[in-house]
Amino acid sequence: MNHGLILPILLPLFTGSALLLMRGASLPVQRGLSLLASWALLPLAIWLALLAGDGELRLYVLGDWQPPFGIVLLLDRLSAVMLIITALLAGFSVLYASRGDDERGADFHALFQFQLVGINGAFLTGDLFNLFVFFEILLISSYALLLHGQGPDRVRAGLHYVVLNLVGSSLFLLGVSVLYGLTGTLNMADLAIRVAAAPAEDAPLLRAAGFLLLVVFGLKAAIIPLHTWLPSAYSAASAPVAALFAIMTKIGLYAILRVFTLIFGGTGPLDGMIDDWIWPLALATLAIGAFGALAARDLRMLLAHLVIVSVGTLLAGFALGSAAALSASLYYLIHSSLVSGGLFLLADLIVRQRGATQATLRSAPALRQPLLLGAMFFAAAVSVSGLPPFSGFIGKVMLMRSAVDGPDIAWLWAVLLTGGLAMLIALSRAGSLVFWRANEDEPLRERADPVRLLACLGLLSASLLMVVYAGPLQGYLQATADQLLDLGPYLRLIPGGGA
Amino acid sequence: MEAFYAGTLGVMVASGVYLLLRARVFPVVMGLTLISYAVNLFIFSMGRLGTDTVAVVGSSETMGDPLPQALVLTAIVIGFAMTAFTVVLALRSMGEVGTDHVDGQEPRA
Repeated sequence: MNHGLILPILLPLFTGSALLLMRGASLPVQRGLSLLASWALLPLAIWLALLAGDGELRLYVLGDWQPPFGIVLLLDRLSAVMLIITALLAGFSVLYASRGDDERGADFHALFQFQLVGINGAFLTGDLFNLFVFFEILLISSYALLLHGQGPDRVRAGLHYVVLNLVGSSLFLLGVSVLYGLTGTLNMADLAIRVAAAPAEDAPLLRAAGFLLLVVFGLKAAIIPLHTWLPSAYSAASAPVAALFAIMTKIGLYAILRVFTLIFGGTGPLDGMIDDWIWPLALATLAIGAFGALAARDLRMLLAHLVIVSVGTLLAGFALGSAAALSASLYYLIHSSLVSGGLFLLADLIVRQRGATQATLRSAPALRQPLLLGAMFFAAAVSVSGLPPFSGFIGKVMLMRSAVDGPDIAWLWAVLLTGGLAMLIALSRAGSLVFWRANEDEPLRERADPVRLLACLGLLSASLLMVVYAGPLQGYLQATADQLLDLGPYLRLIPGGGA
Repeated sequence: MEAFYAGTLGVMVASGVYLLLRARVFPVVMGLTLISYAVNLFIFSMGRLGTDTVAVVGSSETMGDPLPQALVLTAIVIGFAMTAFTVVLALRSMGEVGTDHVDGQEPRA
């Protein structure tokens, strides 16, 4: 048993606890520790990804209670990829936060580390109830991080976010307990075996449990009609928190992928039960996000709607369901998490030079560094709306090519391309307003902080690197998609499971 | 007993949903609490209802399922923490926004 598997959970857990104990320590010490722990996650995640690259499924059996008893962690290629994205976003966000955003309230770094515990745990767990527990850990830290730094806007957005997610947690518990009541297990692989073999009279209840889980994950992922909390929450949060939140919707999508390929996948009567539902939902989410982006009167609100567009795009890829579509979606997932994280940081850099106008899209004093920020905004906008030469383009092309059937192609291409056009219009309108329509007021004297710039550039440059290394990356993701769709090895983790 | 139990849970959830939709912070907190109680009872019942089924090996004829009891403990602890957080948030919202409406402003009449 490889103890490295549990390190992505333990490292932030111990760092966070230590930070709580050291509340009296000076801010530089806290920042140093938090930076060190966040950046240590990256080599760890890369090592786990290399380990998972051999295609074997690795279990970490807590307390040596062999499955299906006890709690297991499960490392496959998908978990490893998600861990790398989290580590990158966390590293750059905490770097950005260390230049001042963490001073506005107490315990920013401890909360940040606990949030990482929840996120990494959700990606690694192989147990449905444990998934719930890690969801709660990441949610309660995200509540506190969202409200960090006060202000009426944050409290207002925070209240909606908290109440909605508490209702979501209740539904999650209902779904999980129905599954347990019918199958007597919570281990995901064991659940897959038992759901596939369930008697026909249990099928309606299992289906109900599955749809309850879909509602919960849809709420986390901000799928229409459960997306209304996202724009206000993301635009109210401070920049590093919003950048880390770029992974939050992806956790919902990850859970959908995990639960509905494994537990409700396979050969059982419930195979593909959500496909008819998520396809129209995906396209509707994409369209609503694009409309929202066009209507936004605030730069951060605009970016939040771009997150909704990316959720719709990813869900469309999941709904197509083939290995090619899944690997294209995973490529797009990495791209959209990192670039939208970078965009939230960039928006904050821009807003800091706009004085009292803040993020509202109307004329303001000229920016202090229009060329630098403008070039960054231009590159990020081109990438996020899916034009060459950046990663958004490659992701979209792969996704469109993976649609094979007649009506699917027509719908996907029409909605995806129109959505891309809408994003382009919204971003160019916002960009020309911010950078060219300056009023006569005196520009602010303060230049952008170099470390903040570095953090923002780091995330945005991922888009370029993903193009340069598209070949090897795509190879890994293709293998990831194949691994997800081949249930045999997962079922064989349970003694006597899988033929 | 099952019908009575299920009816009780139904009434609790219905009351909880009603309170949740009241759009004032305090009823919302009460509604969330009621719903989470109902959910906890529901988890407990997933180990099957019965009398004289102790979850200890050898102490009764038929053994009760210990796992839902463990799950319900976890759920209670988490629910308790979340309720405490919501109450604090509600108080802050009153202090900062100045109204107890969940949208942070009084609805226009």
